[in-house]
Amino acid sequence: MELFNQILQYVLTGITVGSIYAIIALGFSLIYSATGIINFAQGEFVMLGAMISVALIGKGHLPMPLAIVLAVLITGLLGGLLGRSAVHRLKKASPISLIIVTIGASTFFKGCAMILWGKDALPLPAFSAGDSINIGGASIVPQSLWILGITCVVLLAVFLFSERTIFGKAMRASAVNKHGAALVGIDVNSMVVWAFSISASIGAVGGAIIAPITMASYDMGMMLGLKGFCAAILGGLGSSGGAIAGGLILGLVESLGAGLISSSYKDAIAFIILLIILLVKPSGLIGGGARDER
Amino acid sequence: MSVKTPMPKRVLWPFLLLAIVIVVLPRFVRSDYYMGILVFIGINTMLALGLNLLMGYTGQVSLGHAAFYGIGAYTTAILTTTLKWSPWMGLVAAILVSGLVAFVIGRPILKLKGHYLAMATLGFGMIVGIVFVQYSDLTGGTSGISGLPPFSIAGHELVDDRQYYYLVWAFALLVLWLSYNIVESRVGRALRAVHGSEVAAESMGVDTVKYKVQVFVLSAMFAGLAGALYAHSVRFVNPNPFDFRFSVELVVIVVIGGMASVWGSIAGATVITILDQALQGFQEGEVVVYGLILMLVLIYMPLGLTKTMVDLVARRRFAKDSAARAKES
Repeated sequence: MELFNQILQYVLTGITVGSIYAIIALGFSLIYSATGIINFAQGEFVMLGAMISVALIGKGHLPMPLAIVLAVLITGLLGGLLGRSAVHRLKKASPISLIIVTIGASTFFKGCAMILWGKDALPLPAFSAGDSINIGGASIVPQSLWILGITCVVLLAVFLFSERTIFGKAMRASAVNKHGAALVGIDVNSMVVWAFSISASIGAVGGAIIAPITMASYDMGMMLGLKGFCAAILGGLGSSGGAIAGGLILGLVESLGAGLISSSYKDAIAFIILLIILLVKPSGLIGGGARDER
Repeated sequence: MSVKTPMPKRVLWPFLLLAIVIVVLPRFVRSDYYMGILVFIGINTMLALGLNLLMGYTGQVSLGHAAFYGIGAYTTAILTTTLKWSPWMGLVAAILVSGLVAFVIGRPILKLKGHYLAMATLGFGMIVGIVFVQYSDLTGGTSGISGLPPFSIAGHELVDDRQYYYLVWAFALLVLWLSYNIVESRVGRALRAVHGSEVAAESMGVDTVKYKVQVFVLSAMFAGLAGALYAHSVRFVNPNPFDFRFSVELVVIVVIGGMASVWGSIAGATVITILDQALQGFQEGEVVVYGLILMLVLIYMPLGLTKTMVDLVARRRFAKDSAARAKES
């Protein structure tokens, strides 16, 4: 019974963390399928979402919902700027140049955050007060429910956007075939900018909802970004369904592995999974969306 | 990898020139601080040369190269402190262990291409970094291993940077010479063929996987050598210098110096090492400026510094020539 309770606890934690990985992975996938770029700044968007929310509530004295919405919009704007200014010009560049540009952007965002808000971890209040909820012997903080709920909303919104709106369909079309899309009158370049902007906003949502649990700090982005990246590969790079499945599986395996095997190697689990999946089935569990590599 | 082709006569002079510069330079450098920087430029040059063979010539991206540097440093640190080996033996062991690890992971990993290879090497680098921190019985955890002995030559211990400088640059010259020979040999052409098109190379009878693994192992051995030289230079190792950040920095050195350019690797290592030191004056702002420079260089000079310069000179000359020709007619 004791073990069962523990496992249930790990599963609940795993799903909570996994939702965040799923959100980050979705951001990776959107940009990758629209541009073929692996955006290493994705983790920094998560950090910006969290840090800007904290700053707007603390120094701006805004009510929390407004602060978070603003933080998401601002991050989306920054993402669009990144897409426009840097990546836009580099259509013919090699993958490694593109990787370095996004790493440069990531370093830049991180450095700005450090200068603006310092090196200390800052708290963000939970979305609703209340004690942790007891489920079958395991406990879960209310914020976890917020995370699950908001993640579902985000995923549903992205799904509806890309399947049901003409704009979303245009974006998917430019991902599948740039020239074909351009021929039917889609402005492919602005689609790239939008893909960056939307991914950044999604990442920022992830940051704002996880911050009440983990706190917000200037350097939170890198590890979250890399884990989200592992999740994206696990599910299949470029596939939205894969990103979600990959995120949840990664969260679960990591939480169970840390609890049952070794907590000091917790961070290694994601990368071991990454290596295994790359060696066994590089197209990911769900795959399908993966592009051919040059 | 056999290196058969002797160095062509016409390229001997740059090596001689570099050797002379290396020998003469310390006369003009008064402060030990600058000598320390020169030592680091030498170490980074070796790392960049190895990574350039892999990335620039063979087209295989590695975002985990710092791991081999770290494996080299830790190998010699552990052997010389707990087992009391001599640093020279530690250096040889560092080269062999790094090469061996690369050999073991190389074959499966190098089947991957492009982004997927970059990610696999990133994952490998992260795992090695985590082992450095967590396997503290062997590595000393975050506090690392201190008290490494210095190298000694004929009973004379190399304890200051001025002496160490010659040792590091002697090895750097050796690595440069080896790299140059490989690049200009049949093997080098095979590597470039792999870069150009793996399918085409294979159909011409190039065993692409074999060459890729060989060059991966060689670049790891260069990194192991650099790691051992680093470890005995600062006589202390901890996980920080071998993290993801440094893997990225090495890629940056290669790209900024110019892919597939042996001399560019020295230029890249020099520019980035000095930039690193200069930016420390900014303290907090360091990373911001660093990130900005990265983005701007890549956006405006995607071919790297050396090639951009060469292009610029060539274009100037071309413009002048055509202007002169226009005048004549």
